[in-house]
Amino acid sequence: MVEITDVVCSLCGCVCDDIVVEVEDNKVTKVKKGACAVGKSKLMGHGRIEEPAIRENGSLKACSYDDAIKKAAEILAAARRPLLYGWSSTVCEADKVGVELAEEIGAVIDNTASVCHGPSVLAIQDVGLPSCTLGEVKNRADLIIYWGANPAAAHANHMKRYSYISKGYWTEEGKKNKKLVVVDVRRTATAKMADVFLQIEQGKDYLVFSALRALLYGYEDVVPDEVGGISKKDLLETVKMMKESKFGITFFGMGVTHTRGRHNNIVNAIEMTRAAHTHTKFSIMPMRGHYNVAGINQVCTWETGFPFAVDLTRGYAWYNPGEVSATDLLIRRECDAALIIASDPGAHFPGESIRHLAKIPVIQIDPFANPTTEFADVVIPAAISGVEAEGNVYRMDNIPIRLRKLVDTEYIADEEIMKRILDEVRAIREKGGN
Amino acid sequence: MGTKVNLISGRTIVQGQNLDNKLSEAYFNEVATCELNGSDMEKLGVAADERVKIKTSFGEVVVKAKEKAGTPEGVIFIPMGPWANALVSGDTHGAGMPSYKGIDAEIEPTEEEILQVKALMKTYME
Ligand code: SF4
Repeated sequence: MVEITDVVCSLCGCVCDDIVVEVEDNKVTKVKKGACAVGKSKLMGHGRIEEPAIRENGSLKACSYDDAIKKAAEILAAARRPLLYGWSSTVCEADKVGVELAEEIGAVIDNTASVCHGPSVLAIQDVGLPSCTLGEVKNRADLIIYWGANPAAAHANHMKRYSYISKGYWTEEGKKNKKLVVVDVRRTATAKMADVFLQIEQGKDYLVFSALRALLYGYEDVVPDEVGGISKKDLLETVKMMKESKFGITFFGMGVTHTRGRHNNIVNAIEMTRAAHTHTKFSIMPMRGHYNVAGINQVCTWETGFPFAVDLTRGYAWYNPGEVSATDLLIRRECDAALIIASDPGAHFPGESIRHLAKIPVIQIDPFANPTTEFADVVIPAAISGVEAEGNVYRMDNIPIRLRKLVDTEYIADEEIMKRILDEVRAIREKGGN
Repeated sequence: MGTKVNLISGRTIVQGQNLDNKLSEAYFNEVATCELNGSDMEKLGVAADERVKIKTSFGEVVVKAKEKAGTPEGVIFIPMGPWANALVSGDTHGAGMPSYKGIDAEIEPTEEEILQVKALMKTYME
């Protein structure tokens, strides 16, 4: 048995990096400390896609890696408008090859931001983001707001490691000297811990951000007695807490991005942060979901100039979420083949978009079978990044962290799979003379 | 006609624990469900673990009802995943993001079976 310390969790955007596990016979046998229930489940592992496979007459037939990669390359080389989607649950090194492949074949490349924090990206491009690192939150913040986010379920270590419950340099007393405000439609487990819980009417986030802005700028007279289901009294109390804090932060989740108003909600949230700056230090940060969705946004931006929904069919990068984002492309039945890596649109796309995806040739690269596997035509099993393969990822505050390899595996890592597909595609294109 | 409700979706711990295990019983039991406030359950005449059918203009799905006190009246919550998404429109209003929350839906008790993940995916292949 070997004990491995400083293990990094490859599940959610918290990217916890102080986990201790035990490894025996090349298997993680125990997660000793550091991981939440969700991270622990990831590290302990689940049933795998055992072999590469190609669908023949409706069912998947096992084949070699070489054959699956060759078939994938043939599909991509022949496609006129391929979609390369996912990239958030793998490492930046694989993402980089993905962008190169998109350029080579003239594909649309999109990542899971388009169904989680895409609207946040649009808002940030509009008005900027007064943000900070999670280290600064830990060491300085005495007022934490979770808005449309339920870290108790989705980012279970977030409060303990970085925010309300953590103890830092200027926050050594932990939650004793901190305040927690939660804004949500439901009284969630996070809401139950709050000093102030604002139970907002679904879809009224924009109004409440506006009311708080007005109050922060001193225009109490324009705010009615109730806004979006929240009493003026509670809004005034929240504003008092914001003004009195030494360092405040709003963490917002998909409760805000998935709702009517989308990026406009986030623009207003950022403007609320600016209004708070007239009184104190205030920051704001999206609660990124997948452990490396921030990383693919980084890689895609270095390589193409844009973080998601990038169309490379023209020979230059064309960025237009709403037109070339994955769900839109699928609804218009525009793409004629898709490579899905490290994500599961079968589970997480609207039914309406899956209908087209299920009908075109789909290549899936993933360690685990999931709803996407049900209609994938080529299935390529991958090593689990952060357990069987190492590489760089970006935490939700855009801090790069290197995932560690804990055990050996026969499965090939995403980066190598992508490189081999790219090589095959180039060979086919050279032969075809195009 | 069913009762009109506002449908939202989101993460749960068990859903997260089974993200890499979506073809499992544990995922099915957690995600093919719908959380409602107790008084809404009473009005609908459904008890915990009984089945409900939810319809939107984009699709319909059968899931198991669960009582959850923190859910406001008139709102239903389905954990994010294939069952919730069977009800979601792909229209992103030009923003790239589908409306996963705040969907007009109707809910009613039903005796129909809940589709397992594989069967649900098959409906997209027809
Ligand atoms: S909070 Fe997120 S990164 Fe940390 S252990 Fe849990 S799942 Fe992993």
